Amino acid sequence: MSPTSPHRADGMSSKYDVLVIGGGNAALCAAISARRAGASVLVLEGAPKFYRGGNTRHTRNMRCAHDAATEILTGPYTEEEFREDLLRVTGGQTDEVLARHMIRESKDILNWIVEQGVRWQPSLGGTLSLGRTNSFFLGGGRAMLNALYLTAERLGVEVEYDAEVTDLVIEHGMFLAARLKRPIKGETEVRATSLVAAAGGFEANIEWLKQYWGEVADNFLIRGTPYNRGSILKMLLDKGVQEVGDPTQCHAVAIDARAPKFDGGIITRHDSVVFGIVVNKHAQRFYDEGEDIWPKRYAIWGRLVAAQPDQIAYIIFDSTVVTSFMPTLFPPIAGQTVAELAGKLELDPAALEKTITEFNAAVRFGTFDHTILDDCRTEGITPPKTHWARRIETPPYLAYPVRPGITFTYLGTRVNKEARMLMKGGKPSGNMFAAGEIMAGNVLGKGYAAGMGMTIGSVFGRIAGREAAKHARN
Amino acid sequence: MHGTRILDEADRLMTVCNSCRYCEGLCAVFPAMEMRRAFSDGDLNYLANLCHGCGACYVDCQFSPPHEFNVNVPKTLAVARAESYAAYAWPQALSGAFARNGLVISVIAALSMAAFILGFAALNGTSVLFGVHTGPGAFYRLMPHNVMAALFSAAFLYAILALAMSVRAFWRDIGAPIGGRADGGSIFQAIRDAGELRYLHGGGVGCYNEDDKPTDRRKLYHHLTFYGFLFCFAATAVATLYHYLFGREAPYPWWDLPVALGTLGGIGLIIGPVGLFMAKMRRDPALLDESRYGMDVGFIAMLFLTGATGMLLLVLRETGAMGPLLALHLGAVFALFITMPYGKFVHGIYRFAALVRYAQERRTAA
Repeated sequence: MSPTSPHRADGMSSKYDVLVIGGGNAALCAAISARRAGASVLVLEGAPKFYRGGNTRHTRNMRCAHDAATEILTGPYTEEEFREDLLRVTGGQTDEVLARHMIRESKDILNWIVEQGVRWQPSLGGTLSLGRTNSFFLGGGRAMLNALYLTAERLGVEVEYDAEVTDLVIEHGMFLAARLKRPIKGETEVRATSLVAAAGGFEANIEWLKQYWGEVADNFLIRGTPYNRGSILKMLLDKGVQEVGDPTQCHAVAIDARAPKFDGGIITRHDSVVFGIVVNKHAQRFYDEGEDIWPKRYAIWGRLVAAQPDQIAYIIFDSTVVTSFMPTLFPPIAGQTVAELAGKLELDPAALEKTITEFNAAVRFGTFDHTILDDCRTEGITPPKTHWARRIETPPYLAYPVRPGITFTYLGTRVNKEARMLMKGGKPSGNMFAAGEIMAGNVLGKGYAAGMGMTIGSVFGRIAGREAAKHARN
Repeated sequence: MHGTRILDEADRLMTVCNSCRYCEGLCAVFPAMEMRRAFSDGDLNYLANLCHGCGACYVDCQFSPPHEFNVNVPKTLAVARAESYAAYAWPQALSGAFARNGLVISVIAALSMAAFILGFAALNGTSVLFGVHTGPGAFYRLMPHNVMAALFSAAFLYAILALAMSVRAFWRDIGAPIGGRADGGSIFQAIRDAGELRYLHGGGVGCYNEDDKPTDRRKLYHHLTFYGFLFCFAATAVATLYHYLFGREAPYPWWDLPVALGTLGGIGLIIGPVGLFMAKMRRDPALLDESRYGMDVGFIAMLFLTGATGMLLLVLRETGAMGPLLALHLGAVFALFITMPYGKFVHGIYRFAALVRYAQERRTAA
């Protein structure tokens, strides 16, 4: 496997077989797969080396189908079950053909990704409910990235950091070149036979979010990289690539309101919703906190909070449940009385007392078990809490303030099963492929289930790299 | 808040890590952390001594600097670990020896070696010191066996006493929550974990030292050093038995057990410390507790000196250099013994105790 040299002897211009824009899981899987297929590959990562890899740095697992338990997975997770989970969380808003293809391919990814140097570990303490379905990266997402970069470099993939692309030259659906903000090897333009766009969504571009969300987007926190500003996505859509997905749809969870604006990552999340109640700034409940098992519902709370006034909410619980969920980065705010807690949260004390009193009165006792849909529920209040309802009555009373935490956006480039971008009008591009967040909207019309972003990245990254190399060779 | 600034920082980091847990599979520190939701001084000193400094969690961490959360577990725990040595030292009056440890160790070593040279010369005169002595009892023409045995037994017993008292304080501090004595199973598990340096492997991929590539060879060098030390110790023990049980006096022929063991150990004690020193020089400053450079290098140098003077003595024992080399070797060993409780040597003792405690906790949790 000796690919053609990307540099002409006269040094006039360089041309790679495959140019990969982006530096995360999808980009590296594409680069490795293209390189293993014999292509010369250049990876342009817009971020500096420490921040390489976009949101992959913050991930911890991947959801892949498997027919039997493995060393680290506790039982089988069939293609059919995966498909049902996907249909449920998206409410059917998915490209069924692509989704089926992805789920089938995900089976082999479990092995393929290990061959690229990534190592697994059993599901982490406090995440037992994912132990059957999701494979966790030993050391987390940055460790996974480090392994992929080592493999890519060992194979001869060239990687450039701080390599921001300012423009794409595309003619008649064919990629010709990428223009660079900072010259690389004296060149301000990189030419390549095929393009793989794996540069993420636009979640860190608040101005762009505001186009769809209005001013409320100012109250969003961005859980991951500040570098996913969607510039490549915008260029592609502006140059004739067909878009997919609702621009307001994204993977969003409720995270601690005290988290930094960007890059707070996993440790700002809260898993305590099912153990208490959630109120808005008027101290009113607004959704059934016990609707379903937490890993199946955590991803709706970002949007729910986004719909509340000032995009803020408070998870309220009492001292009896503090050890029921994982320890948190930010400590809960505490009050010896409901009124004292309300004062600290700047809520109306009378309103919060009324909400909690009414909630407590509505609780019907049962046998508490947070791992199943138990029979602890409320009666006679709206909204109800249909499971895990217990009185909040043992001081100190505790609260976490939460805001919408945007993980990644779903507006993207439409692709087919080859990860090939489709142009407006439906014609497949001659040489442009996409993988990862930038095309996640093909599979995720809305909603989210843990680990799917990485599945989309690895599966379509691997396919995109292979197809891009195939095109370059022909 | 905690007793020291570094423990405050360790507490902050363990709070961050406990809400993340991505590194759970890398070593023993993170599973031990997960058994707690709050951290006492003793807990943090326990975690600090459980850490082997493989560096994997730093390279793998999405929050390591320049991220604003500034998570650097290996360095923070290295500083906390070193401070814990002083905190538990017995007698406490000597805990200051850790502050400028490199200087303390080198001064004691120099004085000790000089004392042996001058002592030999004063006792026997320079003609005996530089004379050629061969055959059984050759060494004891310079220093009577009983004097040698008494001196080194005293130094060794003092070291044992001071170490035992120190580790007792440590054990109490870290053992209190669950308490009790160590059971045989946990001790056996800890011997295995320490013997193979189970947690100096970056979770399986290898350790990190100079950069983000797992190419570190410290595990190998540490094995050479540690087992070299054990072989040398075994050589001395066998020779003592020979002397008292069989009346066979040193020096022994090269093929005999004490010399064979000592030679193997000596080679380990030369290559191992050199490798560890080179690794230390190349280590990424982000991972290094620079203020303890002297302590680390002082101990490495003492081990090297012990191995090197021993090997030289073996090679040149039938020449006129034997007398001065014997003095240097005995001086090095003497200094090594008496400084053991107040230098880097203690890392092995505390880490072993932490591993016993960890094995115990795992059994309790299982």
